[in-house]
Order: sequence, then structure tokens, then C-alpha cells
Amino acid sequence: MKVAVIQFPGSNCDTDCQAAVDSFPGIQSEIVWHKETSLAGYDAVVLPGGFSYGDYLRCGSIARFSPIMAAVRAAADSGVLVLGICNGFQILCEAGLLPGTLLRNNGLLFRCERLHLRVESNNSPFTSVLHQGQVLDIPIAHGEGNYFADAETLKALHANSQILVRYCDASGNVSSEANPNGSLENIAGICSHGRNVFGLMPHPERVCDPLLGGTDGRGIFQSMLEAVAKAKVK
Amino acid sequence: MSNPAITPELVAKHGLSPEEYEKVLSILGREPSFEELGVFSVMWSEHCSYKNSRPELRKFPTTGPSVLVKAGEENAGVIDIGDGWAVAFKIESHNHPSAVEPFQGAATGVGGIIRDIFTMGARPVFLMDSLRFGSIEGGSEQAKTNRRLFAGVVAGIAHYGNCIGLPTIAGEVYFDESYSGNPLVNAFCLGILRHEQIARGAAEGIGNPVFYVGAETGRDGLAGAAFASRELTEESKADRPAVQVGDPFREKLLLEACLELLATDAVAGIQDMGAAGLTCSTCETASRGGTGVEIDIQLVPQRAKGQTPYEVLLSESQERMLVIVKKGREDVVKRIFEKWDLPYAEIGKVTDDGMMRVRNGNDVVVNVPARSLADDGPLYSREAAPFIPPAPLDLSSVPQADPETALPKLLSHPSIASKRWVWRQYDHMVRTGTAVLPGSDAAVFIVREANKILAAATDCNAIYCKLDPSVGARIAVAECARNLACSGAVPIGVTDNLNFGNPHKPENFYQLRAAVEGISEGCRAFNVPVTGGNVSLYNESPAGAIDPTPTISMVGTIADITHITTQSFKEAGDQIYLLGEVGSELGASHYLLAIHGRKEGAPPALDFDKEIPIHNALLGVIRKGLVRSAHDCSEGGLAVAIAESTFGNALGASIDLGATDQRPDVLLFNETQGRIIISVKPSDASALENELSTSGVPFRKIGEVTGKADLLIMTGADVYNWKVASLNETFERAIPSLMES
Amino acid sequence: MKAVVTVMPKPAILDPAGVATGHAMEHLGLKGVRSVRIGKSIEIEVDNADEKQLHEICHDLLSNPVVEDYTLEILS
Repeated sequence: MKVAVIQFPGSNCDTDCQAAVDSFPGIQSEIVWHKETSLAGYDAVVLPGGFSYGDYLRCGSIARFSPIMAAVRAAADSGVLVLGICNGFQILCEAGLLPGTLLRNNGLLFRCERLHLRVESNNSPFTSVLHQGQVLDIPIAHGEGNYFADAETLKALHANSQILVRYCDASGNVSSEANPNGSLENIAGICSHGRNVFGLMPHPERVCDPLLGGTDGRGIFQSMLEAVAKAKVK
Repeated sequence: MSNPAITPELVAKHGLSPEEYEKVLSILGREPSFEELGVFSVMWSEHCSYKNSRPELRKFPTTGPSVLVKAGEENAGVIDIGDGWAVAFKIESHNHPSAVEPFQGAATGVGGIIRDIFTMGARPVFLMDSLRFGSIEGGSEQAKTNRRLFAGVVAGIAHYGNCIGLPTIAGEVYFDESYSGNPLVNAFCLGILRHEQIARGAAEGIGNPVFYVGAETGRDGLAGAAFASRELTEESKADRPAVQVGDPFREKLLLEACLELLATDAVAGIQDMGAAGLTCSTCETASRGGTGVEIDIQLVPQRAKGQTPYEVLLSESQERMLVIVKKGREDVVKRIFEKWDLPYAEIGKVTDDGMMRVRNGNDVVVNVPARSLADDGPLYSREAAPFIPPAPLDLSSVPQADPETALPKLLSHPSIASKRWVWRQYDHMVRTGTAVLPGSDAAVFIVREANKILAAATDCNAIYCKLDPSVGARIAVAECARNLACSGAVPIGVTDNLNFGNPHKPENFYQLRAAVEGISEGCRAFNVPVTGGNVSLYNESPAGAIDPTPTISMVGTIADITHITTQSFKEAGDQIYLLGEVGSELGASHYLLAIHGRKEGAPPALDFDKEIPIHNALLGVIRKGLVRSAHDCSEGGLAVAIAESTFGNALGASIDLGATDQRPDVLLFNETQGRIIISVKPSDASALENELSTSGVPFRKIGEVTGKADLLIMTGADVYNWKVASLNETFERAIPSLMES
Repeated sequence: MKAVVTVMPKPAILDPAGVATGHAMEHLGLKGVRSVRIGKSIEIEVDNADEKQLHEICHDLLSNPVVEDYTLEILS
């Protein structure tokens, strides 16, 4: 499986994502500069975290116009897996590849900490090796991760089981105490209607190595690997 | 626009003494131009020339077999870590800008130290900070201001570090009245590089083109270096143009572009534009190269229209670099800087006449020997007041506080309390190398590309330094080393940030001299070089000088992943040992400060002949895999150290210190040095005891980790009992509660 | 009383947000972008405030006088 990690000016988790992805046998990743216009030959695309263009205007608002984004859109339309982490999620929302938006944390401060996520659906190429209700220990690091969508969008997310992960406590309870940023219904990550685009605020690439305190992020990349392998057999 | 005439008033306004101005006249053999006056003013300021401290700084041990670039040679020292890899690291202050505008002041402090590191050709990998503020407790105007400064500084560091994508993995924050109105913001950055990648800040190769790369020059931070070398007064609050605005996004691009450029062979020299901007980078590169540099102001990318040559030369706009390019390789700069969408311009060339020459089109506005600016500035040996040893603490005058109430009070003192509120705002995990998160004795970072494990700590107890600067400085070095040892690391180098008051006052100069001597003694004892650092003088507010604060940052290496050790107890049943003596020195302690409001007595003694064997013994048992946790006793003594060890995994502890004739407050809260709390599996206890007995260091078993909710400390017939959860809540809530008030 | 406060970065102060946004405008084909400055607009409704006090609020709270200027417009 060949993975493109997009490098926007201001991306800063690009090499972290590359290291995490490359730790799986059978995956090779390449950094793709945002001025490129083609993603031909890649089985999956990762939009990493960071502060694209400084995120000064609105997070992701300028990156969505980068030349590579037309190729990301085309890849998504053709069913290629697209994973947006943190700033990548914000860019996917700004680009309209995922519904809703990410507002400033309700506590107004940047928050970096380990916390827990509950898997809400394993019916996706990003969560298939996980089981529903599974609690993952994955860190966040963001100032603007407060997920918001209007009532109609939210209804659609429910109807199609697009909410893949929610913030919860260590025992899996989705509560307001476990919500780090004010996200609507504790939403931490959602997938597209077609299920091949997934955006989440937490950083799975930071927990792919036991030396760094955990491996709970591996399930997401493992799921992607298996989904691509399955698609290739077909 | 015509320049003002050079009058004695104008000279004085530029911070040059009449004697210094005489020296300028004799160097030039004529009256300086307005631009030249500005150039001398910033280059001969304390900030750039270290004119009041350099003779003292020469006392530091700076050499050693692992030193690749020595202190003072370049922007940062470089130390070999084996296998062809090296680290470049340095700490630098941004105290005065942070006092005026805390957010931007702290942010640009972080930006500046990062540039110092990648200028060396190193890829920055992590940050630390040492911060000091006045008291944040209470409803006074001063406390409100201190809270605003604290919040602003932390937000500024977070803004810059998070955006550029460097983890802030450790640090220290202290609160003390002496910093009211004059906070300290010391930022540290470490980078990694291959030996062959070391870049030099010298203008080499006559005829080589000089490039300006990075952000455009604006009017921000005009003459900030001179500003940083004056005391803070009410007027300096009106000095508002002297504030720089940081753009971490631009710096991220600049960092990537410069590292890409340095990976080619097109660069002959590179220097960041920090304090004194274009002026400093031009004359320093020329002086280092033994060459001259000629530039044209009109070619410099500028943000604002109508800036005068004086303004452009002295601007401290951030995110800019000067690059000496090998002739014929200009296209490489063009290709890389266009890729990263960054401004660049060829602004001049290297010459053979040793002059810093600045043109404004056809006019020469500056024509000064580069060496005279960079290396031949004035040097002063100031008068040092005689040392008055602090009166020993009269214990009978200290009422005995009940340990059961004193411990939570100490744990909620903002200097001791959890700094989670601070580091939760910093991305401390980006670059996926942080193996020990903030909050333990030292940060531990795995540098994947080099397959090396680094540890770093920063320490300074300014109360000790206030009462006895020499002892305080030695303790700062020893505590850093102890923190590293507790993490399983061996020290490899030190960078220091000397924060003091006005050196013209003999008592302040004594503090500086004694601290430098104390640091030197400490570094020699641990056999580690000082690789560079920063001096910040004139840290005074209307109320007086700050407590002397020689901040020490120490870097170490950990040989094997299995040696990484943290402070938290791991499992019920583990045996708890104390390495070192139980101790009895209560002078200068945080117990006296937090419980009795007293800053007095002699600080604890530091004996390197006792201290170093303890570190070595600890490292020995860590390497044998016998140690499950290690935590040093610092502010608040034994009881605070044990309480902190229980928090991480919410375990209890049962401690028996045996019968003693000491007062319980002395026993539990004294700050005698060289003490470490360790825990060990019961099955390893006898092996541990054998090892420690062989090493000959004092140690004793003091208790065991329990699965219960209590921390119990027994001493003879007395039993003290606390709920761990409640202590932890006190420890964690102290700073958030104050900041939400 | 209704008022609008506009807070802008001081003219000589670098506005990183404005610079980044200006570059993006150029990339989207807008020619000749000379300057983009990003500030904020604050709408206030208040009973019986005197203008002097509002100016104090603008100076001390709504703007950071070190790096920002403000204008106060009383609408009614």
C-alpha cells in the first residue's frame, strides 16, 4: 500500500505521520508537497496535523485552496481513502469533503493531553479492526477542535452512522466532563457519506509506538491497510 | 529626511557613556554618522557585547573531548553524542520584551532561540522554558498583573512552539515577589545534526554574495537590544515600538528552507538576525570570517515604505537570516526560497577590507571596522560588594507547623504545585519522541533519526541564590544533574541563563560573579562543559532587583531504552528507599516561605564529594534494572517528594522514618541536598541493597508502596496521615483555581 | 447606547495573519494585493455609558495598546 502524506506550508505532523505509517510492514509512504497536482498511484492520502499557512484566518481556510486539494478531492471521489488528522480534519471540513466545522475550544485554551475515545462505529475502512464501544487512549493537541454542525447535518451524520469516534472517560462513558473542547455530542471524528474520508481531531500517529506510551492509534492505520488489501483482491 | 546632529544628548540617548563615545571617535578618527551611532549603540550594549559580564564568563569550563563548537564561537555550542551525531542547544532570555507585551515577548523569545539552533545546521527537536513571575495569589492589582503576565507568556510560548511544531517538553515556573514587574522568560531549544552538517556564521570567500532571506524588515522592535540593557521604568512602558511580533508560520518555512539550503553545498556562512538585526549579523559574520561585508539598504526587502537606513539597520523584525552564498550558486537560493514562498534578496558581498560598509544606494552611511563592533567593544570589571553570609536560621524562632496541614499548603504553593495548566497548553508530543511527559524530574526525548535518547532538565532555586549566590548556583547545577540521574541520564553539557540586576550596583555584581564561580565549580565537578548561554542584566523594577537567577539547563544522554525512569511509584508492594541523608537543613526552604512567610537562613550545604557518588550509585542500580521510580527531593523536602511520587498512578505509601529527636517539620520539609526517593520490586530489594552497600553511599529503606488511599508517614510514635486523592487534588487545582479567579 | 469598536494592528506592527491571507489572495488570482490587515469588530449595547468610560474600556480591555489601535463609533 502506498500512502501520500500531504505537506502544506505549516504542516508539522507530516514526518510523525510518515514514521507511524511506515512502522507497518506493507506500507510505504511519501511526503507530497502541496504544490503538486496529482495523487495518481496512491492507495491512501493522509492530511497531517499542523498549522497550515499559520491557521491565522481560520484553520484550514487557506490550505483548502492549495493546488493539491483538487487531486485530494478527485481521489476522494474515486474512493481512495483520505485521512485528515487535526489540522487535516479542519482542512477537509473547510474543503467541504466532510460536513461541519471546528470552532475554538470552549475553554479558549490550546489543550494537549492524553484522553479517551469511544469507537462508535466499526463500519468504515478506518475502524474495521476495532470493535464498537472500544475505548482508545489517544492524545489531542489543538486550540480549535470544537466540532459543530447544524441540526440537519447532525441528523444526517446519525442516520448514516458517520460519527466514528467520540470523547469519553476511561470507562467509555460519553459525558460532558470527558469533552475537552465543547464538541457537539462529544464528536471527535466523522467520516464522509461514502465512508472513505475520515477526519478526527486526536492524533493516532502519536500512539503507534510502545516507547511513546501506547499503541492505541495503530488500529486506525491497520484498518486502512486491510481495507486497501481487500480492495486490491477484488 | 535629514538625520539629527550628533549631540551629547543624542549620544546619551543611545546608551553610550562619554568614555565609550570617545572610543568611537578614536576608532573612526571622525564623528560618526547617525547610522553609525545607532550601530555602535546596539553592538556595544550589554545584550550584544556582554561588556559587564564577559570577564566573568571566561571562568566557565568550556572545553572537553565532546565539544565540537565551543561557547561563544557561534550562535550555539555543539556537543558530540556519538555515531556521528551531535546536539546544538542553548537558552536565551526575553525578559524585558515579555514585561512590556507578554504574549509577543515570549513568542519571539521562542522564535529567537529556535533560529539560533537551526543557524547551526541543526534540526530543532524540542523546547523547554524557565519562567518566573511575581505572586499570582490574592486580589491585589499587582497579583492581577502577575496573572495577566503569566497567562500571556504561557500563551505566547504555546502559540509559537505549537505552530512551528516543536514540543515544549519540560521547564520550571516559580512565583516570587522579587519578579513582580520584571518577569523572567528563558527559552531553551535543542537541535540535532550530523557532525558534517555544522554550519558557521562566518563571512568567508571574498566576493561571495550576501543574501537576505526571510520576512521583510519593518519598524518593529526598533533597537530592542539597547532596550533590553536598561532597567524597566515607567517610561519604558511608553517605549512601545520596541515590541516585535512573531510569525511562527514564517519561521517554520524559514527553518525548512534553511535546512534544505544547508543540505546543499551552496552556503559559505549563515547567521540569524536576532538582537540588533541586520547590524549584528553583518558585522559578526565579517568579524568571524576576518573579512568585510558591504550591503545596500535599498536592496533589503521591506514591509513598510519610507523607512530610513537607520530604521532598517536597527530593526528587530523577526524570522530573518543572512546567508553568505558561494559565488555561482545563487540559483540554489532562488530555487529553494521560491519553493517555500519566502522573500530573498542579494544585498551585498564579502569584501577583503575588514569593514562593515552599508550603502543607501550611492551613499555610504556606515563604514566601520567590523571587529571594532563585534569583538573590540568596551569591557568592564565592575565593583563587587563583599559577601555577607546569611545569618543561620534560628530554629527556636520558627513555630512548629502541624505537618498534616503544612504538606497540602506546600503542595498548593504555586511554585511547587502541578504545572499541568501550563504544559497542557503546549504541544508536548509533536515530533513523536517524548518518552517522558512533562511533570517528571527530567524530560526524555527519543530522537528517532539518530537512535539516541536525550534527557533535559532546567533548574534554579533563586531563594538559595539570593541568600548565598555561590551555593545557590552550585545547587542549581547539582539539581539538574540529579534530575537527569533520576531519569537514567548522564549529563553531557550545560547552558546557562544569568538573570541579574543592574551590574553597576556592587551587591548585584557580587551575585553575578559568585554565581558564575558556583556554576563553574559545579560543571567541573560533573565534568560537563558550559556550551553557551545568555546574560540578562538590569532586571530591576521600581521595587528593586530580582533575586539572582542563574538558570541552569542541562542535557544528558540515556544509553538504553530500559534505563528510562520516571518519578511515579509503579505498583503496590514495591519497597521505598531513600538515597542520601534524612537531613535537617531548613534554611532558605520553601517550608519557611510558604508556611511562615520567611525568606531567610543559610541554604543547604552542597558537597560534590557526597552528591556525585549518589548520582553514580543511582545510575548503577538503574542500569541493572533494579529501579522502578526515582524522584529527587527539592523544594518542600522529603514529604513533598514522596507525595509527588504517589500521584502518577494514584498509589498510597506507608513510610516509617523511625524514632528521631528532630522536630517533625524539620524532618519532613528540610531541603538537605543529595536525596533521592526510589522504589524497587520486593524481589529486587536485596540485590539493590547489595549494590548500594558496595557503592558506599548512605541509603535506608523507608517504607513501601501501598494500594491504599493513604499516604502514611510515621516517625517514632507520631503518625501523619493524608488522603492521596485529596493531596493530588490540592496539587493539581492550585494554579487553575488562581487563574480562574 | 450602541457602539462599534474596531480593533486593528498598529500600522507599523507586523500582522502575520494579514500577510498570510494576502499571499493566499494572490494565489487565488487577485492581482496587485498591497496590504491586508486583519482586526476585529466588537458590537456593544450598553445603558447609560459615558464616552470617556467607553474609551477606557477600549484601551484597557478590548485592545492591546502595545500592538493594536482602536476606533470607537457611537451608533445611537
